Amino acid sequence: MREIYMDHSATTPVDTTVFDAMIPYYSYDYGNPSSVHAKGRSARRALEKSREQIAALIGANPREVFFTSGGTEADNQAIISYMLSNPKRGKHLISSAIEHHAVLDTCLYLEKSGFDLTVLPVDELGRVEPESLKAAIRPDTALVTIMHANNEIGTIQPLKELVDIAHQAGAAFHTDAVQTFGKVPIDVKSIGIDMLSASSHKLYGPKGVGCLYIKKGIKTGSLFHGGPQENKMRAGTENIPGIVGFGKAAELAGQRMDELSRRLTALGSRLREGLLQSIPDTIPTGDPDNRVPGSVSVCFRFVEGESILLMLDSYGIMGSSGSACTSGALDPSHVLLAIGLPHEIAHGSLRLTLGKDNTEDDVDYVLEVLPKIIGNLRKMSPLYSKGGSN
Amino acid sequence: MYSVKVMDHFMNPRNAGCLNNADGVGEVGNPVCGDIMHIEIQVKDNIIEDIKFKTFGCAAAIATSSMVTEMVKGKTLEEAERITNRTVAEALDGLPPVKMHCSNLAADALHQAIQDYMARRDA
Repeated sequence: MREIYMDHSATTPVDTTVFDAMIPYYSYDYGNPSSVHAKGRSARRALEKSREQIAALIGANPREVFFTSGGTEADNQAIISYMLSNPKRGKHLISSAIEHHAVLDTCLYLEKSGFDLTVLPVDELGRVEPESLKAAIRPDTALVTIMHANNEIGTIQPLKELVDIAHQAGAAFHTDAVQTFGKVPIDVKSIGIDMLSASSHKLYGPKGVGCLYIKKGIKTGSLFHGGPQENKMRAGTENIPGIVGFGKAAELAGQRMDELSRRLTALGSRLREGLLQSIPDTIPTGDPDNRVPGSVSVCFRFVEGESILLMLDSYGIMGSSGSACTSGALDPSHVLLAIGLPHEIAHGSLRLTLGKDNTEDDVDYVLEVLPKIIGNLRKMSPLYSKGGSN
Repeated sequence: MYSVKVMDHFMNPRNAGCLNNADGVGEVGNPVCGDIMHIEIQVKDNIIEDIKFKTFGCAAAIATSSMVTEMVKGKTLEEAERITNRTVAEALDGLPPVKMHCSNLAADALHQAIQDYMARRDA
């Protein structure tokens, strides 16, 4: 059966070039970078080379890049260690209603531990309005953490404006850039970002590795204790093969960013427009203009997301949904509710995120199959006969 | 995560649609929860001669609806009333625990349809 993977915001395949770069570090150059001998030195060189590759992608100094086990750890470290390390800055932090749970749950954890949390609403396209940040910021606001782009609806935030507001009030700014790192240009210096989280497996690198950029001078600390690794910022022997893969993936992402972003934006538009034209009662979600290249998110009224996913899967098409059934909770995704969608519409969400191996043919195949699937499910839906347009 | 039987009933639902002249109609769930099950029955001589369903919901919701229609078609009302959400789930070789509560209401919809039929008959 044909296999069409369109869930690249969940994870991506490891690029073969990346995989080849990693292999020697498992069984040949397997040294511990802390060791003095030849194998240790070789691993150390690989570690530092990856750090340079990552730094180059976002305009950082390599000494400002710290490897972690992934985006989730980077988010936890940024938020928790910053709040614990800067008690004089204040006990207030600000985030947004559409953050990934790696950020949102970390903020809620701090709130339970005695910190003050403000969660900013977003507009119907999923943007944090600069005015609402201005209104929420207080003299004791130590940190503002707002994601660069949303994983479900693809909206890219106006980061520079938000960073400037935080800085004017003396607060630091962290961003979860897991969905944009390597996909859209990020210059941490010109935007003025203080901390940035990224993950390797979203850009054709291996799972289990990510990084946290921490601007020089920003006071943070380690979540883990027990060793001086990562300049005392992350105890534990480094995941060298993973880090090498992440570095290589970042290098490749930088080289092909322009071409890939153009191609995925065009493919994404073709898919989005095609769905809106061929399936009535389809509601596009997210910012149509400022979005992650190749990210398509819509809600189909009168049907439920898990049913759509399993039907698509039977045709070899792999996507995701923010419906309650797919999140394992009773409510649909907090992101879809935050942009103002009623529950019954949010239950019918579908996200298709395109990647480097997707073709126009793939998009056309989805456009051929999906209208049939939605039509069949609607025929079975009691909501459709009641509220449907035909 | 789903049994072969659940996937079969989801991919090839039995008795989906509406009846032209239903004797009893039942509907449970609500769109906010993401599950609505609508069942229509046609009864003759105390036997469910025909039954159709319409369901908005996940694969488990659709499969349980399909299964319940198959289980009671041609059965007496008394037999149909003895069917519970649990026996429907068992007939499907089980459901994931998270689905047992919210997506397993097909028997409730059936019972409502039977009650509706009885109310109309006795009116």
